[in-house]
Amino acid sequence: MNRVKRQLAPYFLVLPGGLWLLLFFAIPMIAMLSLSLQQGDVVYGYRFTFHWQNYTDAITGYHDQLIRSLIYAGIGTMLLIALAFPVAYWIAFYGGRRKPTYLFLLLLPFFVSFVLRTISWRQILTDDGPVLHPLKQIGVLPDSYHLLGTPMAVIGGLVYNFLPFMVLPIYVALERIDPRVVEASRDLYASPALSFRKVILPLALPGVFAGVLMSFVPMASDYVNSEVLGSQSTTMIGQVIQHKYLQTSDYPTAAALSFILMAVLLVGIFAYARALGTEDVMKVAAR
Amino acid sequence: MSASNLPDSAVLRGLTQRRLGRRDALRISGLSALGAALAACGVQGKAKPGAGASVAPDAVAKYWTGKAKVGHVDFANWPLYMDPKKPELKTFTKETGITVNYQEVIQEMGPWFAKVQPQLAAGQSIGFDLMVITNSIQFAQFRDSGFLAPLDHSKLTNFKENAAANYTKEAYDPGNVYSVPWASGMTGIAYDENKTKRPITKLADLWDPAFKGKIGMFSDTQELANFGLLKLGLNPDKSTSDDWDKAAKELKAQKPLVRKYYDQSYIDALGNGEVWITQAWSGDVFQKNLSDGTNFKFVIPEEGGTLWTDNMTIPITAKAPVDAITLIDFFYRKDIAASLANFINYVCPVPSAQAVMVADANKLTGKDKTAALEVANSKLVFPDDDVYSKLHYYVSFANVEDQQTFQKTFEPITLG
Repeated sequence: MNRVKRQLAPYFLVLPGGLWLLLFFAIPMIAMLSLSLQQGDVVYGYRFTFHWQNYTDAITGYHDQLIRSLIYAGIGTMLLIALAFPVAYWIAFYGGRRKPTYLFLLLLPFFVSFVLRTISWRQILTDDGPVLHPLKQIGVLPDSYHLLGTPMAVIGGLVYNFLPFMVLPIYVALERIDPRVVEASRDLYASPALSFRKVILPLALPGVFAGVLMSFVPMASDYVNSEVLGSQSTTMIGQVIQHKYLQTSDYPTAAALSFILMAVLLVGIFAYARALGTEDVMKVAAR
Repeated sequence: MSASNLPDSAVLRGLTQRRLGRRDALRISGLSALGAALAACGVQGKAKPGAGASVAPDAVAKYWTGKAKVGHVDFANWPLYMDPKKPELKTFTKETGITVNYQEVIQEMGPWFAKVQPQLAAGQSIGFDLMVITNSIQFAQFRDSGFLAPLDHSKLTNFKENAAANYTKEAYDPGNVYSVPWASGMTGIAYDENKTKRPITKLADLWDPAFKGKIGMFSDTQELANFGLLKLGLNPDKSTSDDWDKAAKELKAQKPLVRKYYDQSYIDALGNGEVWITQAWSGDVFQKNLSDGTNFKFVIPEEGGTLWTDNMTIPITAKAPVDAITLIDFFYRKDIAASLANFINYVCPVPSAQAVMVADANKLTGKDKTAALEVANSKLVFPDDDVYSKLHYYVSFANVEDQQTFQKTFEPITLG
């Protein structure tokens, strides 16, 4: 009896987590997988028929939007790193006693819904709005010039919305660097630039990786920025999925697109981790 | 061998027993369910094949038997479809004692159907007893899914007396089995003459490269397709899938010039200069000019525009259908119809309301009188035969496959 109990113990221990996983991960995923292989229409019902054509149709129909999303997310991520690194660096090394204040300021916009913030960008950047109108009045820009509806506006919106997700992890990585390590490199006659390149940057890379993970994935599947700031020429894959689900009730195509997007992102992230050698980076950080 | 030579029993157990790894846990939670679940989670449709628009003769009696007045109606409508002060509803509550919760929750037909479909399919209340829906693809979806309550015409006396004849035999619901019109409207072109620098008269103006990046079109596939078809001189109502291909080609050629494919937000885009010329619904421009003091123009293009109708319907799961149908009939009283048309400026389904509006206008003086008379005599509110001759009906579909082909033909245009 006792023996049986002991053998079962690990299974009981895994039960809460397992149930959680089952309820909120496995079942929805299976439902989606099933949906993505169904055929029919919303009035007469969708039936499960192993309709793999949903996948091929989704790819042939929407590969443009998928590739566009990856490009936008890629450009956005690079811009984020370029913007976030100096900010995080400055707060970590020169923030002094006010560090918490600066971090709070960085997070302050989050107290307003991000949809609302994106819409206010729309108000600011609109054709006859406070930015473009004066420039058009003095003749710097032609009357038909516009920012909204262009890739620039969409990528700008993405970068704006995801900036803290890049700053914070980099900040955490930089903050953990022992100042004595940097001092040691200087004692060994490294120039500031060399010390940055050989000591600080490698130690900050895990933070950058975490930042990329937290920004690239949601940016690639984002549908709000392009909806609010973009136009049909900036349609992203998230919008297509949203449209299929909530406009045309075409659940199978939406589910198939979701799986394709997930697969592409997973492959991308693993390839990135492999290329960067995160484990090596971790080891460097631990040393 | 003494006991002390043995490793600790816990360690032994750890070394010999099969351990439960993360993968195993995943496998347990996932795989066992997979086979059964894959087939089980289909999305249930509600229609019986071949149900179509026909209705069982006893359906009305069956639905309405045992239904009684509740004293409260939840009403789902589109924005800008009633005076914000809601004078009509106040009168209604005063006269009948039924309170009305009026919500402007419908922005576009596709999302509205997608939103309430799961609840209706499960037989649950959607929180509304009355909803106003357009005669679009989704109207057929609502109807064919059996989501609309058949109306009891013995409770619709005002409607019988006052409704215009053409509103009792519309193709999407002949005999008003499930719906009666709220208002009709036309789809035409709205423009800002200060920006376009010339009057707009025809659909070809929406294809004019001079307005590149300043042209707005609708994201609703039917609205969009209609203009493509009309530009080519094809009648949407009688169009075939070959015609759709031609229209899609025409619209794709226009795409580089189009700023964006809009929902109801097109009117704001016109307001802030985002577009100079756009596809538009007749009443919106009038209301925009009235509320913001702008001077936008609305025109039905030479090649023709379209006529659509928004309809009052009762969802099958409504909790207060008797109160809802009382409210529906209330809107067909001449004075109420006149009051409503006076504010929304869409086509009024009650022709006799015009006389009421003229009489009311004559009681006013000065500027108010001119404005009121302008509405009462507006061809956008009470169109004459001349206007009707330029208007066309929406594309109608023989079957589901046709409708899916249509969607597949035009969707890629609005989705980039």
